[in-house]
Amino acid sequence: MTAPALANAALDENAVALPSQEPARIARDSRPLRLITCGSVDDGKSTLIGRLLWDTKAVKEDQAASLQRDSNGKQNDLGLPDFALLLDGLQAEREQGITIDVAYRYFSTDKRSFIVADTPGHEQYTRNMATGASTADLAVLLVDARIGLLEQTRRHATIATLMGIRQFVLAVNKIDLTNYDRARFEQISHEFKELALSLGVRQVTAIPVSALKGENVVYDGRASMPWYDGPTLIEVLELATTRSAQTVGFRLPVQRVSRPGESFRGYQGTVAGGSVKPGDSVVILPSGMVANVTKIVTFDLVRNAAVAGDAITLVLDRQVDVSRGDMIATIDSQPMTGLAFDAQLVALQPEGIQPGKRYWLKSGSRRQRVQVQPVTQLDLKSGKWNHADELPMNAIGKVHLTFDEQAIFDSYEQNRTTGAFILIDPDTNNTVAGGMITGRRATIGGIHAEEHRVILSLPADLADQLMATEIFAGRREDVDIRRVNAAKAIEVIDAIDE
Amino acid sequence: MPHIHPETELHNPQSTKPPLDPHLKALENEAIHIFREVAAEFERPVMLYSIGKDSSVLLHLARKAFYPGRVPFPLLHVDTGWKFREMIAFRDETVEKYDLDLVVHTNPRGAVENITPFTHGSALYTDIMKTEALRQALDAGQYDAAFGGARRDEEASRAKERIYSFRTPDHRWDPRNQRPELWNIYNGMIRRGESVRAFPLSNWTEVDIWRYIQAEEIPIVPLYFAEKRPIVERDGMMILAEDPRLELLPGEAKREEVIRFRTLGCFPLTGAIRSNATTLDDIISELETATVSERQGRAIDRDQAGSMEKKKREGYF
Ligand SMILES: Nc1nc2c(ncn2[C@@H]2O[C@H](COP(=O)(O)OP(=O)(O)OP(=O)(O)O)[C@@H](O)[C@H]2O)c(=O)[nH]1
Ligand SMILES: [Mg+2]
Repeated sequence: MTAPALANAALDENAVALPSQEPARIARDSRPLRLITCGSVDDGKSTLIGRLLWDTKAVKEDQAASLQRDSNGKQNDLGLPDFALLLDGLQAEREQGITIDVAYRYFSTDKRSFIVADTPGHEQYTRNMATGASTADLAVLLVDARIGLLEQTRRHATIATLMGIRQFVLAVNKIDLTNYDRARFEQISHEFKELALSLGVRQVTAIPVSALKGENVVYDGRASMPWYDGPTLIEVLELATTRSAQTVGFRLPVQRVSRPGESFRGYQGTVAGGSVKPGDSVVILPSGMVANVTKIVTFDLVRNAAVAGDAITLVLDRQVDVSRGDMIATIDSQPMTGLAFDAQLVALQPEGIQPGKRYWLKSGSRRQRVQVQPVTQLDLKSGKWNHADELPMNAIGKVHLTFDEQAIFDSYEQNRTTGAFILIDPDTNNTVAGGMITGRRATIGGIHAEEHRVILSLPADLADQLMATEIFAGRREDVDIRRVNAAKAIEVIDAIDE
Repeated sequence: MPHIHPETELHNPQSTKPPLDPHLKALENEAIHIFREVAAEFERPVMLYSIGKDSSVLLHLARKAFYPGRVPFPLLHVDTGWKFREMIAFRDETVEKYDLDLVVHTNPRGAVENITPFTHGSALYTDIMKTEALRQALDAGQYDAAFGGARRDEEASRAKERIYSFRTPDHRWDPRNQRPELWNIYNGMIRRGESVRAFPLSNWTEVDIWRYIQAEEIPIVPLYFAEKRPIVERDGMMILAEDPRLELLPGEAKREEVIRFRTLGCFPLTGAIRSNATTLDDIISELETATVSERQGRAIDRDQAGSMEKKKREGYF
């Protein structure tokens, strides 16, 4: 960029100043805020994040120099560098001027640190947007001020909400191209707030932004938009909250069993909810066996408690059968187990989701066979759920899941780890859907509540033989199975007074 | 300077180390989770060990993940034959101290065809002695998963990479068709011959690495700390001049400078920086005010635009 171009371009000299020599010290007293940008193609997502990195001094001199070099010839009318090039790092992206896959970037202000996922707007790459959304605390949804809300805007807002994001920033971008039209800004904000409300999201901050010029991103845009006195983007991000640790009981999906010698047996995994301490009684699912925690082992020290997020090794007081894929949980508030669940999912691959096909389902460390029956698909225009037999790529749908073996879940609402799953196509090994459990399907109860049922207590080997028969397989969904030890079985049956 | 801790000291329950701050703790938890998941799902994992600071952190996390058991997979060092002398010494000491299994592989073409960074240029040299060598070693070991210490903040194409990065049987990465990777649920399903590169440090930044090294008292190669060392200036880089194979070109002269390295690779291709940072505190404060990125000192990233992506597609880490 030449000096005169710079001078002409700069409304605000901050807009093009080289990164300062003193990057902010990094706040370390809290977890970073995870955010995504989303919205339709070319709305300016990558430019916005590039500008955010630039204005928070996250761009080093050598990177700034290559940005200036790479921007050559692609300069916009304003003579500013193409900030999107800071994010669009793949050759194909640079050639086509679009984002294809999610880029993760890290930056900080003196108040907190951030992990940002810049996601593609192109519908073909919705799977990559879903990848970014699954772990985000907040979504910055961009809209081109000249164009307004599009179907893709609705799709992204919906996916973000399904995945549990409850904080939105609406960035009405390219406001410079509307002559800073206040009425236009207010109209789009109003429309979006209605959409958000219909999705159940209340926390929306709307900001008129020029990503390119850096107005209301880190520096305010008062000079061109005196009518706007709300916060800048960075101010909103600094005050946003990180995803709270959900408060269902203790959950430990077992990743592996550690047996370095005869004397030690520990169950390794990451605590997926609640907390645990030595002395706690726990249940192992799906077997239903009960044990007490004797020790929480980590490399540094034997700990007296572990909380959600901790990667630990748990030692129990008795020899129980625990293997990878099992879940160790608190006894008082157990996750749901069963053979039939309801879920919402996003179809991520061109083949879509086919009815009756058997997929692999992976949730936590547990992988098992599942049959998926689509029920409805969301119509993005009307917001209605219409009947559907299959789900095409990018569709958001409600499905029934039917398992061969006991599955273990919480609802996604209650636990974003134990309620989430992916589907893997056994033919391609590709990840074809991301899903969220809404509940256990009532195969018993409801209108069948008055039907007669028989509770049998059988030796495990006999039960296994029965369950292997065809007559059983045909009505698996009607059956409730719980594996317990003999003592527990006697206790349960005795407790039935009839 | 870091001193090397006896293992017992690290395991001491009465350790005086203060607890990690929540940010580093979250990163550590995530990395341990990834290590355990890969170890459980794959038949023959291996850990790429490059002896640099990121590898030191990676190894430390692996030891934590499997404690009280041993690290359940071997370490693989692709040795070009042109590493810093102190790196090799550090490697051998580390392997011995922590009772690790180490596999070292050097591409035999190096010796046969006399391939050096001086004679073949950094691009071709890297291609043969690093990328091709890595493919040879992975094939020979029939590894189906390889841990690497790459971070997304290093470079723009790395910023796009998944934590489980899928590779075809000929080790290619297709950045346009990566598997979706939602939440922390990793898809480890592959066919025979295919493999996964797993990156437990994906979400770490350079500063995080240093702060963790400090908090956890992790030993690192002394070349990261400033000291007076012999150097020669070439192509705008300060190259360490201690290896007899480095021949001075006309007009070049050896001199002493107080320098250190921000990254470590092959000595002829790794530029030193002028620095007085002799402690971890010094390094961290130097970083927090640094105006250039860490890869600036690496010749191999500068060869051509998009060079990292190109190398990665071909099987480089
Ligand atoms: N005038 C003006 N142009 C902008 C603004 N923000 C982005 N642009 C331009 O809009 C074009 C698209 O920007 P990108 O940042 O690549 O858009 P994107 O949303 O990341 O696109 P995809 O990732 O492909 O969906 C570029 O030419 C930008 O320079 C703005 O605030 N004002
Ligand atoms: Mg983009």
